[in-house]
Amino acid sequence: MSLLTCRDLSLGYDGNVILKGLSFSVESGDYLCIVGENGSGKSTLMKTILGLLAPFGGSIRTGDGLQPDEIGYLPQQTVVQKDFPASVWEIVLSGCGNRMGLRPFYNKEEKRIARENIERMGLTPLIKRCYRELSGGQQQRVLLARALCATKKMILLDEPVSGLDPKVTSGMYALIEDLNKSDGITVIMISHDIGAAAKYADHILHIGDGYFFGTKDEYLKSDMYRGFFKGGESDG
Amino acid sequence: MAELFEKLTMYLQYPFVRYAFIVGVLIALCSSLLGVTLVLKRFSFIGDGLSHVAFGAMAIAAVAGLTNEMPLVLVITVISAVLLLRTGQNTKIKGDAAVAMISVGALAIGYLLMNIFSKSSNLSGDVCSTLFGSTSILTLTKTEVWFSAIFSLLVIAVFIFFYNKIFSVTFDESFARATGIKAGLYNLIIAVVIAVIIVLAMNLVGSLLITALVIFPALSAMRVFKSFKAVTICSAAFSVSCALLGILISILAGTPVGSTIVAVDIVGFFIFFTAGSLKGGVKR
Repeated sequence: MSLLTCRDLSLGYDGNVILKGLSFSVESGDYLCIVGENGSGKSTLMKTILGLLAPFGGSIRTGDGLQPDEIGYLPQQTVVQKDFPASVWEIVLSGCGNRMGLRPFYNKEEKRIARENIERMGLTPLIKRCYRELSGGQQQRVLLARALCATKKMILLDEPVSGLDPKVTSGMYALIEDLNKSDGITVIMISHDIGAAAKYADHILHIGDGYFFGTKDEYLKSDMYRGFFKGGESDG
Repeated sequence: MAELFEKLTMYLQYPFVRYAFIVGVLIALCSSLLGVTLVLKRFSFIGDGLSHVAFGAMAIAAVAGLTNEMPLVLVITVISAVLLLRTGQNTKIKGDAAVAMISVGALAIGYLLMNIFSKSSNLSGDVCSTLFGSTSILTLTKTEVWFSAIFSLLVIAVFIFFYNKIFSVTFDESFARATGIKAGLYNLIIAVVIAVIIVLAMNLVGSLLITALVIFPALSAMRVFKSFKAVTICSAAFSVSCALLGILISILAGTPVGSTIVAVDIVGFFIFFTAGSLKGGVKR
């Protein structure tokens, strides 16, 4: 069984349908990139997968022992977070919240997981620093470490490189690729950057007028890919 | 100086002055706890709106001739808090507009009721003390002291128990919900706790000045400290010290308790603001 199966999904928000009849599935270990223009429903799709929005129709199933609350999520940054007084440690540890149930405090195991993921993201020297004082790339790594605390199987990334400079961007992509290849974590990523999608992903979901889902090689030969590039050029 | 000290020792022999100190410290402590969450979640206006609702409820209780007003005020304020939170999620009337409506509505109805039905000879005095607290902290009955103490301790216990959840929900509600934390439930708990705090704080500073008690400690602590835990502890300490100092000054100088405490809070805020800028820890 697939890790995640979406069948005949209709989605949108505030009563407006954005996408209809969407079906695709994600296998364990896949690296799926969701591309498409602004307003095509990429973020809405991700929120629907996470259960933050209810789909209008169709079904989302998780399989292979993946629980719906075991998905790590790297959201786009909110305004609140920009001046939030919290240390790196506190934020990463909060990723373990789904393991706690009603227990009020974190136990040793959860603290160990948090410490491990901080180390994994190369944040150990910054562990006591305040989140709002970090650079954009460091902040994204903190949120990635938090997402990893919530899951061992699958992470959903909503434009993880937006606002980062090219060098930090390629570092971030390398980090995500390593999580996928070495740790076997399934990655679903929203991206504007179709070049990076073609470079790193093994599956592509392109949504827009209709949708395309398939492997990267199929996608590179598809009309949708060529159409997107033409459109991109005329937009300037 | 010795004279002042003598005056203070004399005052402290009266039980009502000791009550004022105990209740003052407890209320200041719990009102500061949720300040950070309120400021960061952009909920500060809900606190302000609820305090006006509490004023309206107080008027209803006074008109009904209840001897102990607090239970009724508490129930009405908690219900309003829950309703306000619901409308905040509903897009038909935007959250802040709903708060503004309820807040001024409650204020007007409260004053109207007091004006029409009041048997008191000193109406403006009554209204003034409900709004600004004046001397009411010194006139608390033993029941009210117990009531305040128990609910303060309850608020502190709830806060400690849900501390980590409150952090998650405040920092990133989408992530919390995506990973299975019941954000709706915790928002509800936060709203109810705010309502309880407001009803308690009404005794100390009156309904118009409550927001100050919630906001100033959090904003001051956020200037200097950088982790959520440090900010929370610092704002609690800040709030308690300001309340103690305020009550002390008001007893010795004969000034109204509520506004004196808030004045001390303002001075404290500027000290922390300057300290934060000097330390250069906070941008802007």
